[in-house]
Amino acid sequence: MSCPLPEIRVTSTVGKTEEELSRRRAELAARLGKQLPAGTLLTHEDELRPFECDALSAYRRQPLMVAMPRTVAEVQAVLRTCHDMAVPVVARGAGTGLSGGALPLEQGVLLNLSRMDQVLEVDVPNRLARVQPGVRNLHISERVAQHGLYYAPDPSSQIACSIGGNVAENAGGVHCLKYGLTVHNVASVEVVTIDGQHVRLGGPALDAPGYDLLALIHGSEGLLAVIVEVTVRLLPKPVYAQVAVAAFARVDAAGDAVASIIASGVLPAGLEMMDRGCIEAVNGFLDVGYPDCAGLVLCELDGTQAEVSSQIEAVSGILRDAGAVEVTVSRSEEERLRLWSGRKAAFPAVGRLAPDYYCMDGTIPRRHLARVLNEIKALSEHYRLSVVNVFHAGDGNMHPLILYDANREGELQRAEKLGGEILEACVAAGGTITGEHGVGIEKIDQMCVQFSPTELQQFHDLKAAFDPSGLLNPGKAVPTLARCAEFGAMHVHGGRLPFPDLERF
Amino acid sequence: MTAGNSVSIPPDADLTEALQNAIHAALADQRPLEILGSGSKRFLGRESSGQRLDIGGHRGIVTYEPSELVMTARSGTPLAEIESLLGRHGQMLAFEPPHFGPGATLGGTVACNLAGPRRPYAGATRDFVLGTRVINGKGEILRFGGEVMKNVAGYDISRLMAGAMGTLGLLLEVSLKVLPAPRVEATLAFERDEPQALVDMNRCAGRPLPVSAAAWCAGVMYVRLSGSETGVAAACAELGGDEMLPDTALAFWDALKEQRLAAFSGEGVLWRLSLPPATGSLPLDAESVIDWGGAQRWLRTDEDAERVRWVAGEAGGHAVAFKDGDRQGSVFHPMGGVLMQLHRRVKDALDPHGLFNPGRMYAGL
Ligand SMILES: Cc1cc2nc3c(=O)[nH]c(=O)nc-3n(C[C@H](O)[C@H](O)[C@H](O)COP(=O)(O)OP(=O)(O)OC[C@H]3O[C@@H](n4cnc5c(N)ncnc54)[C@H](O)[C@@H]3O)c2cc1C
Repeated sequence: MSCPLPEIRVTSTVGKTEEELSRRRAELAARLGKQLPAGTLLTHEDELRPFECDALSAYRRQPLMVAMPRTVAEVQAVLRTCHDMAVPVVARGAGTGLSGGALPLEQGVLLNLSRMDQVLEVDVPNRLARVQPGVRNLHISERVAQHGLYYAPDPSSQIACSIGGNVAENAGGVHCLKYGLTVHNVASVEVVTIDGQHVRLGGPALDAPGYDLLALIHGSEGLLAVIVEVTVRLLPKPVYAQVAVAAFARVDAAGDAVASIIASGVLPAGLEMMDRGCIEAVNGFLDVGYPDCAGLVLCELDGTQAEVSSQIEAVSGILRDAGAVEVTVSRSEEERLRLWSGRKAAFPAVGRLAPDYYCMDGTIPRRHLARVLNEIKALSEHYRLSVVNVFHAGDGNMHPLILYDANREGELQRAEKLGGEILEACVAAGGTITGEHGVGIEKIDQMCVQFSPTELQQFHDLKAAFDPSGLLNPGKAVPTLARCAEFGAMHVHGGRLPFPDLERF
Repeated sequence: MTAGNSVSIPPDADLTEALQNAIHAALADQRPLEILGSGSKRFLGRESSGQRLDIGGHRGIVTYEPSELVMTARSGTPLAEIESLLGRHGQMLAFEPPHFGPGATLGGTVACNLAGPRRPYAGATRDFVLGTRVINGKGEILRFGGEVMKNVAGYDISRLMAGAMGTLGLLLEVSLKVLPAPRVEATLAFERDEPQALVDMNRCAGRPLPVSAAAWCAGVMYVRLSGSETGVAAACAELGGDEMLPDTALAFWDALKEQRLAAFSGEGVLWRLSLPPATGSLPLDAESVIDWGGAQRWLRTDEDAERVRWVAGEAGGHAVAFKDGDRQGSVFHPMGGVLMQLHRRVKDALDPHGLFNPGRMYAGL
């Protein structure tokens, strides 16, 4: 992933001098160089630049060096050596993360797993694929298509993102209401702990002895262990799918329609929603011809032809009863793909509306949709920044996209504050600050809003169980209690930062 | 909740405070606890020391929003009460949990992570856990996850609680994802020997059919289909076999889930082998009952525990001495050194004084 503008240079708080850093770099490179094949380490400034950031490109930092292992033994060598020298390690898959999880540390190694990109085994009778962590999500489905199988979780980034990154973020996709998240579709992982120990969690059966450490690794954002192999479950490809697209004059009516579909007892494969801003952006971007309306619902059903045909009629009826002014049902595979193309292009379409956009990821109980949308509207007016909305409506996962221009003084900061307040509104509605993109560095302050100090401490204790030295991706995902105290204090003072010139990070 | 019944049913009650006090008292006296719902699964696992702490009184459904597909209940709530409420709204616990007794509670069900015939096609208990409120081993009340389908804020401690046999904390409340119950179900029966049944069940699972259960017992393979009327009818036509009468089919799946089929009783230890589903017939001297499309095998045998575990391990799976085994020794499959070390540290992180169900899963945990 390239790193477009804008750019904030983040400096480490440790305050290591250039000199100290280059001495460390030299020593580490010498020790690792003895254990790794040539070409595994990148240390020159030019080589490091592509790894400065993930897809949350507002945050950038150059790592001490980048290690690009090809084997588990090489990963072990890197981790053991870093452990010995107390050098922090940040794992990275494809760098498509949206929360800064793979943001490097100046004094740390960026462990890039993208060269571990082999499909190791496809077990058709047991419907499993054993792959290396750098394998791209979509590649798995492509590899097993000949057997009529596929890997269900399909994040919109699936052509690029890695399966290791998917596990680390517990990625979701458009179809997760019916088929689940990454955690529901992974049989086992092999991980290497910071001290270089290699262990398998889970297995090829449907469960494994002991605690569900496999579940714990999902969404752990590279803080517990490095994932070096993933065995995913494969499903038979549904033979048939149809989508219904319904236009609503009011966005709350669209929300009610979503609730009615679910209450009726059908379980759609995908259930998505867009607001007017998003529909306009999409219609201006490609020729999908969505009706001009306040809210659009897309409902996809899949299964056998008999099953889908009978249910799509029922769903169309529910949409009409809920007040849809127009309902279109796909009559061919071509039409289905065309109707989806607008939703799939939502991000790039919105990307044309403003120089920059900032993607939020709050999840709420669906019944509070209208309320939270109104709050977002009020916040958007207050901060004088437009927000367009696209949701995984079936599971209440909202992606408000905040439009801004980083070249305009103060807009990025306003966008971040607006984003933070949207997330706090999600928590207040009984939801969460992140449904699928992870906390990373981006939402670390909002963790203080969602969790109490004792809960955060429990997270720290659990991290220490895996990584007692705290060297894996430190500073991400779970805030220190001190940080929360500081953030809380900021809140008391009316949301104004006490030291505006200090880098807030 | 259920009325018109002469047995008096305890009212809903929130005993959080009392339970927290009991834990603080136990901490002060350094006295371990055995957490107990109704005791329906007390036979499972190693014998635990510890003073009984009954959570059965901590009961009641806290929230249920059918259109959100989410239900939250206190851990002592009877499973039967939850299932009947969901049933009235056309919904279900898709993991089809076994009860093993009339009083089975939600807490015990989640702690044991047991699931019924629908498991391979719908998911296990752990797959449906969205959030929990727990008391950890320091007596702190903590909330993890929530009532939303997707949530990656913080480590997934809720799911970790599923299957931990109560050794990591006391569950106060659990939020579960629920699913619409299928409109129609049909069960097809086929005469098959075991090897052929295993091949057929896995072939079936690899095809886009609305299969919701597949089992084999005493020469007959059973395949259940669930969905819309037309969908199920089309799948039945495609698969052939003899369609069972609805009541007979219902009784069969229930007897399989609750272990009332004849093959579950008898001499020896009742072993549960959890295996990659396509594993062939096992080289053991007892006939299996096969559930989960091949992934779960039950058998009664006197064979040496080491040998049963070796067979399961060779196939890539694991074995549990589910019932009537030596409850002082190993019940669950032994784990390797690094994995066991991680387990100890995770236990220490959540229950540093070893308060909850000591030894129930593994000695020393
Ligand atoms: C256009 C776009 C659309 C997106 N759509 C979706 C979507 O629909 N659903 C969704 O869930 N996400 C989506 N994302 C976010 C992102 O693609 C996912 O979070 C993805 O899982 C990240 O994978 P990655 O390989 O790029 O990981 P990275 O960005 O490289 O890393 C993500 C995190 O995982 C850790 N990590 C990576 N690999 C490993 C490993 N092997 N071991 C341990 N830790 C590791 C990193 O340290 C970091 O914390 C989208 C992103 C973009 C840019």
